[in-house]
Amino acid sequence: MSNEIKGSRVRGQGPAPAGFKQGSEVRRALNKFYDRAFSVVGLIATMVGLAVLLTLLIDVFMDGASRLGWQFLTSYPSRKPEQAGILSAWVGTVWVMALTFIIAFPLGVAAAVYLEEYSKKNWLRDFIEINIANLAGVPSIIYGLLGLGLFVRALSLDRSVISGSATIALLVLPIIILSTREALKAIPPSIREASYALGASKWQTISYQVLPAAMPGILTGTILAMSRAIGETAPLITIGALTYVAFLPTSPISSEFPFLSLRGLFDAFSVLPIQIFNWVSRPQKGFFTNAAAGIIVLLIITFLMNGIAVWLRHKYQKRIRW
Amino acid sequence: MDIAFKIEKLNNFYGNKHALKQVSFDIPAKSVTAIIGPSGCGKSTFIRCLNRMNDLIPVFKLDGRILYDGTDIYSKDIDVIDLRRRIGMVFQKPNPFPKSIYENIAYGLKIQGINKREVLDKTVEESLKKAAIWDEVKERLNDSALSLSGGQQQRLCIARAIAVEPEVILFDEPCSALDPIATAKIEDLIIKLKIDYTVVIVTHNMQQAARVSDQTAFFYIGEMIEYDKTDKMFTNPSNKLTEDYVTGRFG
Amino acid sequence: MYKRFRVKEKIIEGALFLSALSSVFVTFGIIAVLFFETYEFFKEVSIIDFLIDTQWTPLFAEKHFGILPLFAGTFLSTAIAMAVSLPIGLISAIYLSEYASEKLRTAIKPILEVLAAVPTVVYGYFALLFVTPILQKLVSGLSGFNSLSPGIVMGIMIIPIIASLSEDAMHAVPMSLREGALALGSTKFQVSIKVVLPAAFSGIAASFILGVSRAVGETMIVAIAAGQQPRLTLNPLVPIETVTAYIVQVSLGDTPTGTIEYKTIFAAGMSLFVVTFFLNMISYWLKKRFREEYE
Repeated sequence: MSNEIKGSRVRGQGPAPAGFKQGSEVRRALNKFYDRAFSVVGLIATMVGLAVLLTLLIDVFMDGASRLGWQFLTSYPSRKPEQAGILSAWVGTVWVMALTFIIAFPLGVAAAVYLEEYSKKNWLRDFIEINIANLAGVPSIIYGLLGLGLFVRALSLDRSVISGSATIALLVLPIIILSTREALKAIPPSIREASYALGASKWQTISYQVLPAAMPGILTGTILAMSRAIGETAPLITIGALTYVAFLPTSPISSEFPFLSLRGLFDAFSVLPIQIFNWVSRPQKGFFTNAAAGIIVLLIITFLMNGIAVWLRHKYQKRIRW
Repeated sequence: MDIAFKIEKLNNFYGNKHALKQVSFDIPAKSVTAIIGPSGCGKSTFIRCLNRMNDLIPVFKLDGRILYDGTDIYSKDIDVIDLRRRIGMVFQKPNPFPKSIYENIAYGLKIQGINKREVLDKTVEESLKKAAIWDEVKERLNDSALSLSGGQQQRLCIARAIAVEPEVILFDEPCSALDPIATAKIEDLIIKLKIDYTVVIVTHNMQQAARVSDQTAFFYIGEMIEYDKTDKMFTNPSNKLTEDYVTGRFG
Repeated sequence: MYKRFRVKEKIIEGALFLSALSSVFVTFGIIAVLFFETYEFFKEVSIIDFLIDTQWTPLFAEKHFGILPLFAGTFLSTAIAMAVSLPIGLISAIYLSEYASEKLRTAIKPILEVLAAVPTVVYGYFALLFVTPILQKLVSGLSGFNSLSPGIVMGIMIIPIIASLSEDAMHAVPMSLREGALALGSTKFQVSIKVVLPAAFSGIAASFILGVSRAVGETMIVAIAAGQQPRLTLNPLVPIETVTAYIVQVSLGDTPTGTIEYKTIFAAGMSLFVVTFFLNMISYWLKKRFREEYE
């Protein structure tokens, strides 16, 4: 095979000077070597990330697995590492995530629907688009400063669950908008045409047909955004979320009339990553173990959410063929 | 015969492209009118003017008048939503909603605020029967419409259009994505539909036009060349271009 | 058939429009908050001192307000991160786009995404308690807090951004360009370096700048593992403090509103916002240019 190619080349160019021919052969061999070498180097480079991820998981697991248990999940933080737990932290995380979702999901989806379905191509849309792209790249700690200036101080909401949730909601808003737009783009125009041809109004078309069809994609993006939000630490530290919390926000459900209470919104709180940060920053070794155990819990939640998102995407990609 | 559409000096533009030029003719009610012509002749553009689907294209502009039932449908005080309710459409590629068969048919009623289960059930059955697909799907109304074959999907789309009781049904090359057997079923259906509905069909298939239509219009590069009874168009056209086209010399 | 005024439709469209506008309000909110407090800050501190003073000691008795040491820390940790993530990310991208089988590609990309999903506080723990002790055995004179270890870990975190976005860019390069070169007898490696890389350059550059922006804004890794000592140095072995870590440090204390210490975090945040804003805009512009070229 290689002889043939060599032969044809020589025939095409006539007899080449001996030195030139030799040089080009060396070069060709060298090129082949580079090619082979790169396919090995490339594979190694690609595996670096994987290797680090594995190392990290093993390290954290070896450090923290022994600390995991019922007591760890149901105890408040304590000065004694072996008695401390993450109760207030994970309850705080659940609160903040639920509220973040309630604020950011409708707002993000509505914004995406407007941009994708209503807005005409003009300077305002360009401006909003550039703005959202930029917001998606603003460091999370800057959102913390926004939350501090706006929610904590200007609106006097203090270092409460609602301040934290609103801050995180603004942080994930651009991500939800961007992924919702992608999901809406994937819905073929023929679905919209079919609906309009039946005499549906624009909003009927969107609410009955476009949004339900895009919902798996929208949810995938939202879950990924929330899984990022759950690990956010810096903005919540900036708005002053507490690092030592030995109580829970007031429960939203009570046994007395009116049974529902929103007082929890205005209580102080901590979240899982802040608790971990707090333990990492302590000098005593015992707290490092707690931090590792907290990390295992945080990673399980994060990976679970990612897994659900990937599964959802996979399932609906397969099922719906237009 | 009653006139459904009266088209007067219709001109269409996509941006700078002059897609339809000075088209004028009348479409009678309760009959099948076919629009034929080589691809790019403006026939799809034309049919999408009749229920104002072209409104969805930002660069589209229109000049001239289309009267439906004596009313200019492009006049400012026309409600395009009501118009489309009266003038239904079936598209080139079957486009069922990614929902159940039942939901596909019921949708047109639900958006009008009709939610009574008995009314919906009855309409779903009647529409599917009229579209000659009832027997094939009656056992699985709750299955996804996407599980049907292409031909079944297209008949479902016809049933969906029928369900809102329109006066006109527009067909934009309804069989271009279907096999011959499915095509034959749709053609039979179209012939039956003209008893109750005004039908306009765009097709690139001349035999199909000859089989289903009462009158035929021939479009060529944005102009309407000839319009007459279908028999005459295919046996004794007045225009040389029409003759060349229907005898298969180009297209 | 005559027009009806559909109030509900109009109300809904208005509400959706306001939602879309909310993102603009967020940007204005950020700028307003930062600007207001920064303005207050510069009433007390001269902008010249802020920009050229080589010490940052707002929390000490003798106060200096030179932002340079903080930016030196940010620059140093970012440079280390990019030195790790750029070569590894780019090589991975070339490998995935030009060499790897489709099967490997679809298997590896989600795993890389997992790497990006790990919370940064976890990376901080990893840098402080795993990477630093190992590095201390290899590098003499490395202190417990330093910029080397968090820089490396930050680099690992950024690999997926560079690898994934660069790979997308290379994947978008038309096959015909490669075929032209392959037909001339080039090896895959030559095609990758001489044809695909230049063709995808603006897309790759966009991913790189996005990576820089992410490193500059990264907070928890450096807050945990780099220390709290603002210092104007390029020595990766000693404790430093980044702009972001300083904001965390002040936020953790009990700094009363209105004090100069409180205002410093907004001035620092403002500088950070300006830097990342420009980086993001350059990246956005490059990506747009790349898309116009090939899509």
